Amino acid sequence: MNVQFKGGLILIVLVAALYYVFPTFKAYQSGVDPQTVADKVNLGLDLQGGMYLDIEVESDAAVEEIVRRTRDNLEDLLIDEQVDFIEVRQQQNSLVLEMEPGRKVQLEESPFDRILVQFDETVDGDLVRLSIKPEEAERVRKNSISQALEVLRNRIDGLGISEPSLQQQGENSIVIQLPGLKDRERAIELIGPQAILEFNLVNSDATVNTYNRLTETIKYEETWDKSTNKLLSRRPFVLEKKVLLTGEFIRDARVRFDPQTNQPYVSLSFDSMGSDRFAKITQRYRGRNLAIVLDNKIQSAPVIREAITGGEASISGLFTTEEASDLALVLRSGALPAPISIREERTVGASLGEDSVRQGLMSLLIGSALVLVFMIANYKLAGVFASVSLIFNVVLIISVLGAFGATLTLPGMAGIVLTIGMAVDANVLIFQRILEEMRRTSHPRGAIKEGFDRAFRTILDANVTTLFAALALLQFGTGPIKGFAVTLSIGILASMFTAIVVTRFFFDWIYLRRSSLQSISI
Amino acid sequence: MQLVKEGTVIDFLGKRFYAGIFSAILLVGGVVSILMHQGLNYGIDFRGGTNIQIRFKEVPNLDQLRNFFSEQNLGNVMLQTFGAVEDREILLGLSVDNPLGTGEKLTSGLREMLQPNYPEMEIRRIETIGPKVGDELKTSALQAILIALGLVLIYITFRFQWRQGIAAIITLLHDVMVVVGIFSIFDKEFTLPVIAALLTVVGYSLNDTIVIFDRIRENISKFRKRELLPLINQSVTETLSRTLLTSGTTLMVVLALVFLGGEIIHDFAFALLVGVLIGTYSSIYVASPTVLWLTKIAPPKTSD
Repeated sequence: MNVQFKGGLILIVLVAALYYVFPTFKAYQSGVDPQTVADKVNLGLDLQGGMYLDIEVESDAAVEEIVRRTRDNLEDLLIDEQVDFIEVRQQQNSLVLEMEPGRKVQLEESPFDRILVQFDETVDGDLVRLSIKPEEAERVRKNSISQALEVLRNRIDGLGISEPSLQQQGENSIVIQLPGLKDRERAIELIGPQAILEFNLVNSDATVNTYNRLTETIKYEETWDKSTNKLLSRRPFVLEKKVLLTGEFIRDARVRFDPQTNQPYVSLSFDSMGSDRFAKITQRYRGRNLAIVLDNKIQSAPVIREAITGGEASISGLFTTEEASDLALVLRSGALPAPISIREERTVGASLGEDSVRQGLMSLLIGSALVLVFMIANYKLAGVFASVSLIFNVVLIISVLGAFGATLTLPGMAGIVLTIGMAVDANVLIFQRILEEMRRTSHPRGAIKEGFDRAFRTILDANVTTLFAALALLQFGTGPIKGFAVTLSIGILASMFTAIVVTRFFFDWIYLRRSSLQSISI
Repeated sequence: MQLVKEGTVIDFLGKRFYAGIFSAILLVGGVVSILMHQGLNYGIDFRGGTNIQIRFKEVPNLDQLRNFFSEQNLGNVMLQTFGAVEDREILLGLSVDNPLGTGEKLTSGLREMLQPNYPEMEIRRIETIGPKVGDELKTSALQAILIALGLVLIYITFRFQWRQGIAAIITLLHDVMVVVGIFSIFDKEFTLPVIAALLTVVGYSLNDTIVIFDRIRENISKFRKRELLPLINQSVTETLSRTLLTSGTTLMVVLALVFLGGEIIHDFAFALLVGVLIGTYSSIYVASPTVLWLTKIAPPKTSD
């Protein structure tokens, strides 16, 4: 490669690098909203503050739920068809129908076949075992994840975060990233609940000790002290097990205020099918208490005073306005198909993020300054070449991160700082070689050529192995460590380019063009 | 700068006995410390749990806080000052099964607990790792280390000989074990960033080792008649300036990270600091003697 070609190549790379660094430079000026700038280096949640959540969707529970519903439907049908059976039991993903001794039922015929299409049947005497087909279970599991993504996306939109991200990761977990989130508790209150809303009749005549265990169940209404967050009371109700109506039929949910007390409540409006059902229920059970149950806790259990035909219901309670509007949002977004649990959380406050950015930049600045001074003191003019290469190196790393829209984390910043210290190695290897050659031949021109040529193989070997270590780290998926691996890898590649091409260019340009070269400053 | 006068050859290998003792002390010390601590001190990344970083208005009294938390029935609580004392911060560690859970109660409950006594406190960071994720991370950390070592072994065997490959792996295992041992001696937590630092140290140490191996190979082909031992000494001496200069610049940036990088990456930077020192030492005093030893017990055939 001649000098012109090398110079041209460097110029092209430099222009490209600056082109890709510019958005990042612009985005983080004071008074600029970084979100308005495209193609910049994004700051990780550990640097800008925010929440990283990895949640697991318990998709097996969604399958069990399907089986449970089938059980209820089957039981109803068996009763309607006056089949002589003892009971239908659920065992995880299968049902066991126990017939009266000697009785048979044709489950593969109408009307049973309709609800049992996805079940395999095996008969063992009076016991009929119905197992959900494996492929159907798999479909339900997969569906539950995509449904959960949809529901969570709606709920998170209500948080007002400007660039939230939701992604499925692995088989059944979802990674939620909420940059700039301030209120952790509210986020978890919105994301966490499964939000299964059910309406059940209250049996006011039964007590905790005298209820019918087959058809009835106990659920509680809890009262919390808002200021101390302590449970004040837990009032039990005897509810009929049969669910009269569910949240599936909700068309909309909004916050309203009671004109008399000015208390907020959540007003529900049902779709047409829900309205019909609600009208029938309120007509039929007038005078009784109807419990509104959310995730197995009773929200309220008002008396049905009259038949409600308008398709509207309300949930009142001791809400703050924010709680009421969050509840409305959660009900509007629909229920999660399965419960979720937090696998991993990393939440960083904005002020800590700022501290980290400052500390990262400070170590970058001081670290590089030390290395530059050391190199110049040690290698004189050649040290200046190396220093320019080094600065070029940092610009290259940032531009590559920007070009790929990569995310810079705190360990990523540490990776850049570390690269500075290690990247000079290539220069050191070359310079030491040149010095050795000079001593041997005292012929500067040959020494420069030999120095670069001989150092090249060592640089390659040494850097490739560091790259291996960085590649091994890349398998840590998302998160801060990946940021470190990425900047380290880019830094190693960039340092090879800057040492072999950029530093070489300076030598060629300053020294090798001269017709007679007596000595070099190294 | 030439740190070594021209023509001198330092007898590094002559000191290999003392180097062996030094390494043995470090390794045995580490193992003893790990045994005494009943295993490694895993951070929440690997064992699961919750860490909460809290800043107070005034420098908190750690004993007082410790008493306070033990009255709150939070289960197994770990409490330590985080960063410099004047940062007024603590790190509170809760176990996986702490009664506040992982939901909104975690912060709201904690705030209610602390607010009456410490009204102006700020929760700056929360990290929760579920037990499942902890196990997954443990597996992938182990995988990462094995992948790195495997790639290295293949590459070095391909570029050099199997003796250099084995010597490089022994050197790397030495480095990793010494750093892990020193972490145990200082009772520092073993976290994901520390693994990242370890792998970086592996890369760095190898870098040093390869530069020396490279020179040995070059000198062997240059001086075919000479014995291996003086050739190794000569090669290490010739590359010594470079080794020390590069260690110097790397140490500069690592020290910048240790002192200026902040508490969050402090353990990571500390692992790098120890690792760079050990890596530099081992490339001279562990890698080369091992090559010599392997050549002695399995001498190359003439065609090798």
